[in-house]
Amino acid sequence: MRKINNFLNRHSAAFMLAPYAILFLLFIVIPVLAAIFLSFTDFNSVQFPSWVGFDNYSQLFTNDSIFMQKVLPNTITFAVFVGVGGYVMAFFLAWCLSQITKGPRTLLAIIIYSPSMTGGVLIQTVWSVIFNGDKAGYLNYILMKMDFIEEPIAWLQSEDYLLVIMIIVSLWSSMGVGFLAMLSGILNVNEELYEAGYIDGIKNRFQEIIYITIPAAKPQMLFGAIMAIVNTFQTGNIGVTLSGSNPTPNSAGQLVVTHIEDYGYLRFEMGYAAAISVVLLVGIYMLSKGTEKALSSKGE
Amino acid sequence: MKKKRVRRRIRQSGMNPKHFDRSQLKFYALLIPIGILMALPIVFIFVNAFKPIDELFAYPPRFYVKNPTLDNFRVLLSLSSGTSVPAVRYLFNSIVISLVVVFTTIFISAAAGFALSKKKFRGRDALFDINKTALMFVSVAVSIPRYFVIVYTGVFNTIWANILPLVVIPTGVFLVKQFIDQLPDALIEAAVIDGASDYKILRRIVFPLIKPTLATITILSFQSVWNNIETSNLYINNESIKTFAFYMSTLTSVTSGSVAGQGISAAATLIMFLPNLILFIILQSRVMNTMAHSGIK
Repeated sequence: MRKINNFLNRHSAAFMLAPYAILFLLFIVIPVLAAIFLSFTDFNSVQFPSWVGFDNYSQLFTNDSIFMQKVLPNTITFAVFVGVGGYVMAFFLAWCLSQITKGPRTLLAIIIYSPSMTGGVLIQTVWSVIFNGDKAGYLNYILMKMDFIEEPIAWLQSEDYLLVIMIIVSLWSSMGVGFLAMLSGILNVNEELYEAGYIDGIKNRFQEIIYITIPAAKPQMLFGAIMAIVNTFQTGNIGVTLSGSNPTPNSAGQLVVTHIEDYGYLRFEMGYAAAISVVLLVGIYMLSKGTEKALSSKGE
Repeated sequence: MKKKRVRRRIRQSGMNPKHFDRSQLKFYALLIPIGILMALPIVFIFVNAFKPIDELFAYPPRFYVKNPTLDNFRVLLSLSSGTSVPAVRYLFNSIVISLVVVFTTIFISAAAGFALSKKKFRGRDALFDINKTALMFVSVAVSIPRYFVIVYTGVFNTIWANILPLVVIPTGVFLVKQFIDQLPDALIEAAVIDGASDYKILRRIVFPLIKPTLATITILSFQSVWNNIETSNLYINNESIKTFAFYMSTLTSVTSGSVAGQGISAAATLIMFLPNLILFIILQSRVMNTMAHSGIK
């Protein structure tokens, strides 16, 4: 017994780390490595994968017309509005909230944060009430009443509106952990910094944000940025959730994640799907690193 | 003179003000409409969940409810899926799975965070960097390779398939480590001199001190497990161990076309949404406390 105890104590760091490390290895490291391996193979999930070199990648970038014409442009539009737009909005809302007293701030912060709890299934039911395609759908009803439209529009099945709706819905639900981090970062900026800033000649709110708030809350800003990027791609399935079909109507709401599932689970071209996954993960990594660089140069 | 003016401007700049001031009105003018807009979709779901069937059918649609009823909830809970698994069973599964996931996540994240922060061993910084990189990890990108891991480890089609993939939250370990970093080393050294083992230090000293972070992990973890449909959808065939969120997703695809279905799925949405909200309201002040240390340096 004593021997066991001694052993446990001597290697305590390893034992405390082990449960997390093992699961981390199993569900994050190995899947990523497997995706990289599979991306160089042709694999239909039944036969053993056969090596095809860079075929999947060259197919993706030169021959996949849906990827180049729909998925990539859609993803870029979506990422600019939801990722960048959502990030700026989160900062701005957090900044406004930091200027009011604690009681109302807490209440408003809960309201603004709460949509981010509706991930996945909930988002579909919540928004289908508003975007319902028949004349009793709230949006259709209001627009028809105001004579903007004559006939009800099937919003979620329409290739013209689907991407816009996806962006609105995702923005609505994007005020999550990153938003909270930035709020608390801004609230914790040392007040003397502002005092010093005004003595040094800062003239208005805008300068105050640029020269004091952002540099001082930089670590939280960076955390918020990475959360915004991850959230943007993690919710990449929103088009399928809202429209109820994959591929989305005329691929109007097709994003990278949707494309992966289309090939992986519907066509069983696992090697090809893995190649798209790798492109996505590398893309996210480069975006995050780029943001980190951009933000840290600002802080200097 | 100059100093006085500066003071006044600072009071006007008023970060984190203690009292209400007229100058704050412009922020309310902006925040209140945004708050209302953001709350509306959720309010509609609340209203629909309590609408009797004739009000759901009503045209023009009504944005409020006249004769609230619990019918939708009653119908929902008495429904059973095609394979005759009752809805209550899914709800029970979800509750058990969520509890197990949240508690496991708390313990393994706290232990790992403590080791990464206060223990000195080779490769520690490298491990932390790997975890930091994993903050950028998007799990949906590798759901296919994960499927093979699940199959080869023998977890497929067991309750563990609903649990294990969800207890790994890199953000959680990151937050714990950052938080423990600013606990003074002396605190732990004193306990070591008193002869406490590392496990005891973790349990008796670190755990109580990092409660705010653990509250944050609770929120992150609960939201990811309670709303999760992916694991039930991909890694489990056995209907009787799937989750309520999954059940709801099948429900909405079947019923969303019909008007009566709207009331039922609204009721289900409410059941899904409320625990999230209540938990967050209870824990929010602790969460905000942790977030101050969330920064990436």
